[in-house]
Order: sequence, then structure tokens, then C-alpha cells
Amino acid sequence: MSATPATFADEAAELRPLSRGRVGMWCLITAESAIFLIFVIAYLVYMGTSLDGPTPKQILTVPVITTICLLSSSATMHWATSALRRGKLALFRLFWFVTLMLGTIFLVGTGREWHRFIYQENFTIHTNLFGTTFYSLVGLHASHVAVGLIALATVMILALFGKVKQEHSERCEILAMYWHFVDAVWVVVFTVVYGLGR
Amino acid sequence: MAADSIAVPLPRTESRSLLLDWLCTVDHKKIGMMYIVYALIFLVIMGCEAILMRIQLARPESTFLSADAFNRLFTMHGTTGIFFVAMPILIGFGNYFVPLMIGARDMAFPRLNAFSFWMTAFGGILLYASFFTGGSLLHGGDAPAVGWFAYAPLTSPAFSPGHGTDFWNLSLLLAGIGSIGAAVNFIATVLCMRCPGMTLGKMPLFAWMNLVTGGLILVAISPLTAAQLMLMADRFLGGHFFDPAAGGQPVMWMHFFWIFGHPEVYVLIIPSFAFISEVLPVFSRKAIFGYPAMVAATAGIGFVSLGVWAHHLFTVGMPSYGNAFFVLTTMVVAVPTGIKIFNWLATMWGGKIRFATPMLFCIGFLFQFLIGGLTGVMLATAPFDWQLNNSYFVVAHFHYIIVGGILFAIFAAFYYWFPKMTGRMLSEKLGKWHFWIFVLGFHLTFDFMHVPGLLGMPRRVYTYQAGRGWGVWNMISSIGVIFQAAAILIFVYNIVHSYFRGALAGNDPWDAWTLEWATTSPPAEYNFSSVPAVRSRRPLWDIKHPEDPDWKYE
Ligand SMILES: [Cu+2]
Repeated sequence: MSATPATFADEAAELRPLSRGRVGMWCLITAESAIFLIFVIAYLVYMGTSLDGPTPKQILTVPVITTICLLSSSATMHWATSALRRGKLALFRLFWFVTLMLGTIFLVGTGREWHRFIYQENFTIHTNLFGTTFYSLVGLHASHVAVGLIALATVMILALFGKVKQEHSERCEILAMYWHFVDAVWVVVFTVVYGLGR
Repeated sequence: MAADSIAVPLPRTESRSLLLDWLCTVDHKKIGMMYIVYALIFLVIMGCEAILMRIQLARPESTFLSADAFNRLFTMHGTTGIFFVAMPILIGFGNYFVPLMIGARDMAFPRLNAFSFWMTAFGGILLYASFFTGGSLLHGGDAPAVGWFAYAPLTSPAFSPGHGTDFWNLSLLLAGIGSIGAAVNFIATVLCMRCPGMTLGKMPLFAWMNLVTGGLILVAISPLTAAQLMLMADRFLGGHFFDPAAGGQPVMWMHFFWIFGHPEVYVLIIPSFAFISEVLPVFSRKAIFGYPAMVAATAGIGFVSLGVWAHHLFTVGMPSYGNAFFVLTTMVVAVPTGIKIFNWLATMWGGKIRFATPMLFCIGFLFQFLIGGLTGVMLATAPFDWQLNNSYFVVAHFHYIIVGGILFAIFAAFYYWFPKMTGRMLSEKLGKWHFWIFVLGFHLTFDFMHVPGLLGMPRRVYTYQAGRGWGVWNMISSIGVIFQAAAILIFVYNIVHSYFRGALAGNDPWDAWTLEWATTSPPAEYNFSSVPAVRSRRPLWDIKHPEDPDWKYE
């Protein structure tokens, strides 16, 4: 029986790399992906089956600028977290702020798009099947962006008060996982709604 | 008065702080107990609903219940049973014992754990609040009357005016969020919180199976959540997802619901397998047979169960290749399930079996789950299903799984782990009465329920004409309920009585082998003062038998 505490410690060291925060976030992302998948399927199945207009072709314009903003916010988010990991707090704050702004621009863009639809085109969730699927899918994504922005803003405020330090990089990276996920979902939503659906 | 009570703090009485203690707890054991007690209360409630329905159906053309009340009762019975009895009780046991079995101090996210419980709890309360809205309580208030799977377009505002359907929708949405939180916790706990030495391959099967259940919840409950969000958009915002008048397809709800609904069966049965896989070896005095095969079979069931949902839609009409696909995938589930049954039998084979109450319920489980599985294979055959779908044959089939399988496993778990949770044994004598009376009642009710199904009696009818030949069978089914109710009363009495007066259990009353028996009964808040060294799948066996430890053979 060669069982010494040392062997157990070695095994324990091997087991450590799995952080529960990351595992938890992966689980959340899995569950969220399933929710989005169902909405995407509904969008695809109902594509072009509305009984009356307007059709996507008539009113949708491709949101190029806001899409670029949201996707590039993933890059700035990555730079922010890696700056924090290296202890460069000022750089972290800068990139975090830029991420926050890019996300906000995206959400404002969606808001303006919806405002135009509702008040000028008279196109709502009630108008036709396209309206129902469009507002739900894009709205579901936008609500995730909003939740992300609230979390980002919270960290930003804490960072401005000097409460976010290098030892918090793990937590910020877990939040970043969520943000990257929201961006990735936009790629799918964008392709489906503004690409295939138009 | 209010000002007074603010100015003068109330004296902190013993009972008040005890209550606060439970309300604010993040301890996995207390949360587990709350899940279980909460589920037991709903078990009694859903049982009462079943009794009312069986009184109504005992004789033809009965006027005991109105059609409306009957619709509300079967909806509430089914919804409660799945979401507020089976789910919380299984999650509760998992919550209590997964950390103990892997030598952890708590779940990975204790506050998320409390949040999940309270979401589920509020969901159940919200669902039952519906009884007290709308019309008279006698006719079920404004309780939902759309069936537990709430098919569209019955759920549309046109066919379901009032808020019954909204109560159903919102309460299950809450409970779903709770379940997803619990799943996140199970997975993170099992993957990240194991004590030194406890590799994945040395985990008790209980932990493995809760891990798989967690994964299944993540991908199975979410589609229901999505579909319910769509239903909410339809009902509250004027959307058209399931509205045929605007081009929406009600069959989409069926798909989305059963993409959740079928894996849900496995979300319930896999934790039941977990109970059996822990209890059966201890009372057979043998290590579990074929541990790796059990893990593989569990994972296999989890995967395959995601691809079988449309066997609920055979009668809706599908192309022939769709039928063939879902017939085949459904039948494939029988393979890993069969592996499990053979492994449990092989565990018992040649063992020194102790016929204590937990073991009796395990054996009952094995027989009944097998039969329920076989009628499942029958129903998986599309032509057979065309004939019998939506008949009492289906009702009998899934009650064989849910009552004969899942509930029996839950009873086994109760008799096995109650000593650990409370420090006192449940009475064996009452336990045996409970078992035999319940077995009698179960078989009277559900064996004979197959027959009116075969004779063509559809489910969810509130009454039927005399002279169809269904009366006798329904009467026998209803008589069985008397025995089941009596057995449940014995069980509840046993729990309450033993909680105060039961024999003291000690740490390890069953001479068992997993880590939860290494600590005190009930365990201290910190679970273990020192975690035993884990070198095999039965760490306590190694301690008790240093001359012949398991790790030499694994
Ligand atoms: Cu099924």
C-alpha cells in the first residue's frame, strides 16, 4: 500500500484546472443555445409563409454598422481581459469601456430599427407571422445584449472605483465568455434574418 | 402598530430564527430537504386529484364531477406530478447526496442552488393560485384545463379565455428556470468539487447519473422554455406562432413540446436509476455489476432520448421515413435500458440479498419498469400507436413507468436515506405494510387500466356510456386507488412518527460503502470533518476491509 498523501495531492493538482465558474458558464451557454436554436428553427420554418405583408424584402435593411460594432466588441473584450490578466489596469478599463460603448451602439441601432418599423412602417409583432418571428428572435438576442451590458456596466463602475484588480481576471473572463456567446449568436441571427430570410 | 414594531425589535424567539434559518439557507442539505418536503406535499395534492378523477370514472355516466372540473383536474394532476413532485423530489435527493457522495462541502454554487429551489417553489404556488381565481372553487376556479402538454390551438386566447393557461405557462417557466439552475449546479459540482482521489471513474453511479441528468436538463428543458416564451408572445402580445389563422402551425408546438417532453421522461428516470444503482448493491451485498457499462448506458440513453420525440406524433401524420426513423430510434432506447436491467439482475445474482424495505421497492421497480418498458416498445411501433394513441392503454403505460418505476425508486430512496437525513430509521414493519399494500393497489389500478384502452376508451373523457364494456375495468382501477391511498397514508405516518420516535440510526445503519455513510447522521453543516481517502468506488469498504480492499481489483 503505497498510498501517501502526496499521491492524492498530485491527483488533486491534476483535477484543479476545471474552474467551476467556467463550467457553470458553459452550462448556461448550452441551455441558452438550445433556446436560441428553437427560435431559429421557428424562424426558418415560418420563413415566407406569412399570409399578408409586409415581407422582409420590403422593409429590412441590413444593419451593417451595428453588426460591425457588435462583432468588433468581441475583440476589444478579449484585449480587455488579457490586459487584466497581465495586470495592466488602465488598458483594461479603456478596452472594457470601448466594449461597453460598442455594445450600446448595437442596442441603440436595434432600437432605432424597431422604432422605424413600429411608427413608420406600422409593422409590429401582431402584423403577420414574419413580425412575430422577427421581433421574438431579434428581441431575444437584444435582451441578451441588454443583460450583458448591465453586467459590463457594473464591472465598469467597479473598475472606475478601483475595485477590479488582477485577481478578478478569472471572473471577468467568465463574463467575457457570455459576451462572446452573445456575439456568436448574432452571427447566426444575422445570417438567418438578414441573409437567408431576405 | 407598524411603527411600534420597527421601533422595538421583536424578540428573536427560537422558532422564528429556525424559520429564518430555513428560508435563508444556502446549505445543500437543507435545500435538498426543502425540495423533498415540498414535493411530498404536492404528491399528496396530486394524489387527491387522482382520487377525485377515479371516483368520477368508477361508474359510467357519473355526475360526480363536471366536465370542466375534470379537465382542470387532469391538467393539474399531470402538471403537478411532473414538475412539482417528480422533478423537485429527484433534484432534492441529488442536492442532498451528490456533494456527500463525492466528499464535497457543498454544491458548486450554493446561492444559485437556493435561487433554483425558490423559483421552483414559487412556480408551484403560482400554479395552484389559479384555483382561487375566476369562477367557483368547486369547478376548479380558473385552473388550466389544457392538459399537461397544452396543445395549440387550444391554448390560444380564442379557445382558452381567462388566465388558466397563463398560470400554467408562467409557473412552468419559473420551474424551468429553477431546473436549469439546478442542472448547472449538478454539472459544476460533479466536475469541479470532487474530493482528492475521487476520479470520474471512481464516482458513485449516483453522481454519474445526476451528471447526465444535468446535461439532459440543459438541452431538454430549454426548448420548453423557448416554446413557452412563444406561447407568451401569442397570448400577451398578439403573436401568431401557433395561430393557424395567420399561417402559424399548431404542430410546431407539438414538436417543441415533445423535444422537451420525451427527454423529460429520462430526466426523471435516470435519477431513479441512480437510486436503484446505490440501493440494490448494498442489499445484495455485492459491488455493482458492470460499472463502466452502466455509465455508458446512461450516457447512451441521454443521447438517444434526444432523437425520439416525434413518436408522440405518429397519429398526427408524418412521411413514412419520418415514421420509420422515430420507430427505430425509440426502439434503440431499449438497448441501453436492457443493459441496465441485466446489470442490476447480475448484481443481485449470487448475492446475499437482504429483503429490507428499500430492497423490496427496488425489486418492485425492476419488474414494473420492465413491463412499462415493454408496453413502451409496443407503443413505439407506429401502426400499434395509430390504434392506441390517446387511449387508456397509453395512460396505463406511462403510469407504469412513473408510478411503478420512478415512484417506487423514490420510495426505495426514502427508506434507504431517511436515516442519514434525520438520524432515525423508518419503521421496517410499517415499511413492509406500505410496500405490499401499495403493490396491490398499483397493480389493481394500472394492470387493469390497459384493458379499457385496448377496448377503445380514449383518455381525458370525463365520463363514458354504459354498455361499452369499460365499466368493470374502471371500477377495478378505482378500487386500486383505495389501496394506494392507504399505503401513502401509512408512508406519511411512518415518516412523521419515525422522525420523532424512530430508532436511532447511527452513521452507517445499512453497512454501506459510499462516502455519505462516513459522516454523522444527520451530517454536520460542514459535511465531513475529514474526508476519507478514496482509492476505489467503495471507499468505506476499503476502510472496513483493509485486508481485502477494492482498489486491488479495479
Ligand atoms: Cu416519448
